[in-house]
Amino acid sequence: MCDMLLSRINPIRFAFFFLVIALVGLLVDNAYYQQVLILIGINTLLAVGLNMLMGYAGQISLGHAAFYGIGAYTTAILTAKYQIYPWIALVIAILLAVAIAVVVGLPTLKLSGYYLGMGTLGFGMIFNIIFREWSSLTGGASGFVGIPSLSIGSLSFESGRNYFYLVWFSVWSVFLICSRIINSRAGRALRSIHDSENASMAVGVDTMTLKLQVFVLSAAFSALAGFLYAHYISFISPGSFDFLMSVRMVTMVVIGGMASIWGALLGASLLTLLPEWLHAFSEFEMVVYGLVLMLVMILMPQGLTRGILDIYERSREKYRK
Amino acid sequence: MLKVRNLKCYYGRIMAIKGVSLSVRQGELITIIGANGSGKSTLLQAICGLLPGWEGEILFEEEQIKGLDPPAIVNRGICLVPEGRLIFGPLSVMDNLKLGAYTMYRKKRHDRIEQDLSMIMELFPILKERSRQAAGTLSGGEQQMLAIGRALMARPRLLVLDEPSMGLAPLLVEKILETLVNLKEQGLTILLVEQNAQAALKISDRGYVLETGKMVLQGRSSDLLADVEVKRAYLGKDYDEFYEGE
Repeated sequence: MCDMLLSRINPIRFAFFFLVIALVGLLVDNAYYQQVLILIGINTLLAVGLNMLMGYAGQISLGHAAFYGIGAYTTAILTAKYQIYPWIALVIAILLAVAIAVVVGLPTLKLSGYYLGMGTLGFGMIFNIIFREWSSLTGGASGFVGIPSLSIGSLSFESGRNYFYLVWFSVWSVFLICSRIINSRAGRALRSIHDSENASMAVGVDTMTLKLQVFVLSAAFSALAGFLYAHYISFISPGSFDFLMSVRMVTMVVIGGMASIWGALLGASLLTLLPEWLHAFSEFEMVVYGLVLMLVMILMPQGLTRGILDIYERSREKYRK
Repeated sequence: MLKVRNLKCYYGRIMAIKGVSLSVRQGELITIIGANGSGKSTLLQAICGLLPGWEGEILFEEEQIKGLDPPAIVNRGICLVPEGRLIFGPLSVMDNLKLGAYTMYRKKRHDRIEQDLSMIMELFPILKERSRQAAGTLSGGEQQMLAIGRALMARPRLLVLDEPSMGLAPLLVEKILETLVNLKEQGLTILLVEQNAQAALKISDRGYVLETGKMVLQGRSSDLLADVEVKRAYLGKDYDEFYEGE
């Protein structure tokens, strides 16, 4: 079993990724860079989960920020209001997101295309309204303060470096899980649904169950990201989990490249870094931001991963001549 | 093996199949012929569970299959080679074949899968050559072979084909039909739907003629081939031709 697992997931790539994380964590001392890297990691978790749903299974969701919010608010309320141990809160947050994903997914995943988009959009909005209006529990529009920081025994995650490791090794584990799924029978079946759901059923794939499973999985990853976000920032407000956030998640997947876990990393990095780089443009920031995204889509319609690979292959051919 | 009794299918309020009955016995090769819109594909979709809400009875090996979803029907042993092939274009040929064995993987029959893969590669050597290529880049005939191979991977007891000759050159049609004869000789039961009536009736044991949702004729294939009405309507001969000849 262990042999099979290793042979299927390209161990070298994952060992290299592990090493890069360890080195970056050691070398980066600047608190600002650490913060940016942590946010990239959290966004990558969001993007990779959504990519499983969109890139592989071909099902769109415009309401995934809700699961992100459910993760963040559940842990915030449980740890700050009821003094529950954060790691237990994490389990509860993920279970809650999973339960809600099942309830929401059962009816909505019967839809497809635009209709699925509308269905998930509505779901996202409902949860944003709940975060905003249930003030006695969530703190309402002014937000929720005083979320405690994380620790395991005497190991505290308060410092930037430790939190960096926590986030990025979560990313590493999630990548491992995803790549294991993608290269299995289930991964093949997911891609077949993307291509033609009817043909997929005709060969005996239980498409509804599989779609629901991947929807639930991506919800769980989003909730994990929400948990990490809440305990890092220690303050959350409904604005972080609104429709725009859902759209940003979709953008990360599309810009990075559909159906590629490394694409999720690229997309999340670009969308986190862009606003930081563009501060220089002050009031024109959003205009430039939009322009950059448009240019990427025009020049690399298949996303960054495919685009960069194409450039690499083309230049190698030229070099050979 | 398969019995369909008084099947009625609806698209909204339109009745597409108006009480059709047919039977397929173990080891037979049965052909259903009919013009466009006669309900051939609808009939197959109902048998394979892809069409919800039909009336009547479909029995497979003496058991009702009403209400079963397509995966459950594949599990029972009915596999469809869909109209227009519907192979998974972006996936490799090998992945397409492995997807055909999806239900086998669920039953943990890994030993069988390897065996079946080599059997199919032997049946269609071109698929072996192209096994790593994206299936969408294959030619029409190769795609049809892949679609048949994919269906065989699930080890069907009844193979159902919806117009496998569509859009193929005559030589390839012959090859595909020859393959079906071979499979039949190996003991597979086959239900074939075709517009290419002559070629299909030549290789089958019995045939049915479907017209606007009703079975208008049925019988031994040789009888159907000789039948005046069939000749006129489906074999492209008009009255003059065979009245003058005889």
